[in-house]
Amino acid sequence: MSKLDSKIPEGAIDQKWSKYRSTVHLVNPANKRSLEVLVVGSGLAGASAASSLAEMGYKVKVFCFQDSPRRAHSIAAQGGINAAKNYQNDGDSTYRLFYDTIKGGDYRAREANVHRLAEVSSNIIDQCVAQGVPLAREYGGLLSNRSFGGTQVQRTFYAAGQTGQQLLLGAYSALQRQVGMGAVELCARHEMLDVVTIDGITRGIIARNLITGEMEKHFGHAVLLCTGGYGNVFYLSTNAMGSNVTAAWKAHKKGAFFGNPCYTQIHPTCIPVSGDHQSKLTLMSESLRNDGRIWVPKKKDDNRKPTDIPEEERDYYLERRYPAFGNLVPRDVASRGAKERCDAGYGVGNSKMAVYLDFAFNTARYGRTEATKRNIQNPSHEEIMRLGKEVVKEKYGNLFDMYQQITGENPYEVPMRIYPAVHYTMGGLWVDYNLMTTVKGLYALGEANFSDHGANRLGASALMQGLADGYFVIPYTLGVYLSEEVSRMSAEKDKADSIDKLKTKHPAFDAALKEQTDLINKFLNIKGTKSVESFHKRLGLIMWNKCGMARNKQGLTEAIAEIQALRKEFWSDVRVLGSADEFNPDLEKAGRVADFIELGELMCKDALHREESCGGHFREEHQTEDGEAKRDDVNFAYVAAWEYKGVSEWELNKEELKYENIKIAQRSYK
Amino acid sequence: MGSGHGTELNLTLKVWRQKNTKASGSFETHQLTGISTDMSFLEMFDVLNEKLISEGKEAIAFDHDCREGICGMCSMYINGRPHGPKQGVTTCQLHMRSFKNGDTIVVEPWRSAAFPVIKDLAVDRGAFDRIIASGGYISVNTGNAKDANNILIPKPDADDAFAAAACIGCGACVAACKNGSAMLFVSAKVSQLALLPQGQVERKERVLKMVAAMDEEGFGNCTNTGACEAECPKGISLENIARMNRELTAASFK
Repeated sequence: MSKLDSKIPEGAIDQKWSKYRSTVHLVNPANKRSLEVLVVGSGLAGASAASSLAEMGYKVKVFCFQDSPRRAHSIAAQGGINAAKNYQNDGDSTYRLFYDTIKGGDYRAREANVHRLAEVSSNIIDQCVAQGVPLAREYGGLLSNRSFGGTQVQRTFYAAGQTGQQLLLGAYSALQRQVGMGAVELCARHEMLDVVTIDGITRGIIARNLITGEMEKHFGHAVLLCTGGYGNVFYLSTNAMGSNVTAAWKAHKKGAFFGNPCYTQIHPTCIPVSGDHQSKLTLMSESLRNDGRIWVPKKKDDNRKPTDIPEEERDYYLERRYPAFGNLVPRDVASRGAKERCDAGYGVGNSKMAVYLDFAFNTARYGRTEATKRNIQNPSHEEIMRLGKEVVKEKYGNLFDMYQQITGENPYEVPMRIYPAVHYTMGGLWVDYNLMTTVKGLYALGEANFSDHGANRLGASALMQGLADGYFVIPYTLGVYLSEEVSRMSAEKDKADSIDKLKTKHPAFDAALKEQTDLINKFLNIKGTKSVESFHKRLGLIMWNKCGMARNKQGLTEAIAEIQALRKEFWSDVRVLGSADEFNPDLEKAGRVADFIELGELMCKDALHREESCGGHFREEHQTEDGEAKRDDVNFAYVAAWEYKGVSEWELNKEELKYENIKIAQRSYK
Repeated sequence: MGSGHGTELNLTLKVWRQKNTKASGSFETHQLTGISTDMSFLEMFDVLNEKLISEGKEAIAFDHDCREGICGMCSMYINGRPHGPKQGVTTCQLHMRSFKNGDTIVVEPWRSAAFPVIKDLAVDRGAFDRIIASGGYISVNTGNAKDANNILIPKPDADDAFAAAACIGCGACVAACKNGSAMLFVSAKVSQLALLPQGQVERKERVLKMVAAMDEEGFGNCTNTGACEAECPKGISLENIARMNRELTAASFK
């Protein structure tokens, strides 16, 4: 029998969630007060879960490694958040959002979860607006929408290019309200180092106070990992510098299966690498593809300035190849398109590893509309462009400024140069319909879980999923398990050494604490010759070259051997200075890189075993004649859930994906 | 690569080193050569730290995270200005092309009684979180909201609220102020919520609580000189302070 029980409720797809949440076990208010929930991570998923659970009466503690929960990397999401409101009267519906997401994910996501996501999407917008999140408005005072990739409706809500910031600040304010009321205890500058389990059940965590270095034991009846994705395994990504896999990885080593680790999203529009000093990459929002047209010169090695290349000598390759969706194809398709053109020798810029994202056409279009609005007769080209630039500035001003800051070039005058970069990870801890991992009492929410995006996430769906999990899913599904805990507590209430009486005095906590303290001392005592950073860079190169946008058997096999060698070298030659009992960012990073190295190996292993191409996972051996991803639904329509068995050893478990409502088909955006 | 027209700089760095909150600190001087003008200021610090580690010396602790100017974590006081010489950018978005070959650059942590130094260039800004916890929110539990389009908000109000909400909570306003005042930070949140219909119910109570919390944290009084606005990387307007003062006056006379 499979070790995986996805616990998907019976019934019709559009009834599953409403029926389930109306019939699951509840925890009464008095009992909630004695149940402690630990939330690790304070991004959209963590902050929304923590505030919602505290409002319901649970005792909540929140941990984040940043100095404030407001700084979690959700803050950097630019473009928007999807919701099936159909405010634009353009044919949107819960079903269509569900369908687009399943198709966008290349038929590798779980139907029931995705439908639930689409159902609660509308509630998210309502909740955020009620909190005072200033989403963009039209002149009549109603909410505004824009388009994102992989859809043909306008369902994306936004706040200029700072949607993630505004949504996170909304969730953060709800969280801080609970902190102020004493319902949430905030542990900022704390890093979770391990999950503590007793008889296989989650009972708390070990965390390090990053300022004092003190190792702490925290008891919880449930632990929620809302710790984001692991894109930094590639060293260069659009993730924040501190984004890491440590919490999820430690959970994995304690028995939580890791789902589809090889599914990585490479975002098509990022600012290209400028040199070896590069520490991270910056995204240029997908929303720019509403008005930016992607092209390369038709001639190879064309060194003319972009503005000197006449229209007929430009190849708008996405519009040419995908006339139905044009520049708004999903991210995986757009990224591969850029790579294909650059590899074929049509790339631009000094590195030749970039394509143009050009706003001139739509700037002129906006300019002409403005001229008409303002009754300007026969406007000159300059006048049109000036007016158009005002409109573009209003829509994307902060993104254009950011581009100029980084590159020193003015994107109002010359096209942006962009290239794909690692952005998001669809893979993550395997969870059931309740968002519980394979370890009882341990949950994963938001990007940290694998659940909703299949092999490719659509734009503006990450914010939706993070907030759906935190505001509208976990408040219902957590009770399913905690109601069992209430029964257990009641049965054990006279037991002198019950878990509830011992809490962190249980020997399991001391053992876990010692293990983590020893690990920290181990880093400091290697006293090798190479910096933590240098190992991270080398890992990133292996991953990007051999487990990046395109993968093949030979490369992946080599990568696994190289990563194993890198791991050995790390543990014998890393240099970590300073001490354990102080603020020591280098020591923090050592732990994170050690975990990334192990994860990297699993990602390659997963990519190697998946003998098909789907979404962000492109195996060169499996492509159609015109270079599109070729799925193998007969053999690979499953979630790969890896069970940790020891160093470099994993066992594969499969959750078969059943499509009962959407006909599985070859994805086409032509 | 990239724009590729980067040149290289040789620089002298004077960096504040301080073991912990209680220790007294001092400046340490470092020479750097071959710094590409395409690097960000923090990437220049990465180079310096790698150099220190290779020499067996402890790296300089500094706060940073998103490196795209939105998380508000980076916080260096560069040549006497929070986030350095360029207007409207955070330290992580400051690039070395803003400096000249041979420059001496002095780097200190935020200086404010309410932001104790943790180590080297990293400070504790927990006071900001506590101010928000005192009232910087709208009290609406999850699940209580009505349809979002039932609340009509005139676009100019929504835009003004958004402009105030763009604050990243970095603390440059406090670091820039001679009095170490947090008026710009607090007023941005007060303004955002006072401008919106959703924020009306708690409007008076909110400003009273937040100002009280601000005073309790040990921030100074407003100097009325506008250094905060000049140094704010997100262009948060001084108008917010004026609005908060009006709100406070109105709330004080019941």
